[in-house]
Amino acid sequence: MTIRLNGEPFEIAGPVTISALLAELKIDSRIVAVEHNVVVVKRQQYDSTMVREGDEIEIVRFVGGG
Amino acid sequence: MISDPLVIAGRTFGSRLVVGTGKYPSNAVMADAHRASGAEMVTVAVRRVNVSDKSKESLIDYIDRDRIFILPNTAGCYTAEDAIRTARLGREVGLSNWVKLEVIGDERTLFPDNVALLEATRVLVGEGFVVLPYTNDDPVICRKLEEAGAAAVMPLGAPIGSGLGIQNPNNIRIIKDQARVPVIVDAGVGTASDAAIAMELGADGVLMNTAIALATDPVAMASAMKLAVEAGRLAYRAGRIPMRPYASASSPVDGRITPVAVAAGGRAGA
Repeated sequence: MTIRLNGEPFEIAGPVTISALLAELKIDSRIVAVEHNVVVVKRQQYDSTMVREGDEIEIVRFVGGG
Repeated sequence: MISDPLVIAGRTFGSRLVVGTGKYPSNAVMADAHRASGAEMVTVAVRRVNVSDKSKESLIDYIDRDRIFILPNTAGCYTAEDAIRTARLGREVGLSNWVKLEVIGDERTLFPDNVALLEATRVLVGEGFVVLPYTNDDPVICRKLEEAGAAAVMPLGAPIGSGLGIQNPNNIRIIKDQARVPVIVDAGVGTASDAAIAMELGADGVLMNTAIALATDPVAMASAMKLAVEAGRLAYRAGRIPMRPYASASSPVDGRITPVAVAAGGRAGA
């Protein structure tokens, strides 16, 4: 199924939790923040929030800035 | 016990210099510059993870979290909604509920959209954020932002990255005179004297990024800025002399030896 990940189409096998998605992407969940359909996901809810077909996911982290 | 600390939203900082983390030649140089600057708060931006390439070093690994407080910004946001989303994401990374709020109104000048900024400030203050808004050197918007609950106001000295220094010193003075929250001059500083001038005008702190990161020797410039902020603050507290249009002699008038022309009846010395 296709989701939108950081502005690009992305294929995943089926509905997954945010935790599982981060693990599949090999992203350290401790240094990122995640938005699911324009709503920030609290990290306590990474295990319980399901990503489904057509969902929009933004995964961000801190970078250099002024 | 820090003497003359900077206190924002109940948090105490020993340094009045806040620096950024952008545009450095390398993360290692950035870390050295931070150390040289003595800064206790640095800003970071919030951006998408590169999902296909995670080999990049993590910026956070190069920030000394034992002495430095991280302040996420909402740089690159042109609407209140995007700035609010970005602030919420920055908070969810989990380090604090502080945000340097930027809502940009113009791509070339990077001046703020103060209407949207005020709206975003109200929303984020309502959600419990400690909001430090970047804004113009306009006393009216600074007052409105303070009334909306901003924990400090951050008027620019000149456009971001311009290095033009404090373009409107009188406005900064007026802003400081009226504010009941800290005033941090943010943006436009180019060299050490600019930072000193900001502090001499009464600013509570100075925030800069480009002036240090893009200096030929960022670490040396960071040291210079540390000294400049300290010097400017000391000068401000020391109470400067007024400016006068004419001279006021420093040496006494009385007790001078008689000038030669008067004694010899008009003959000047050889």
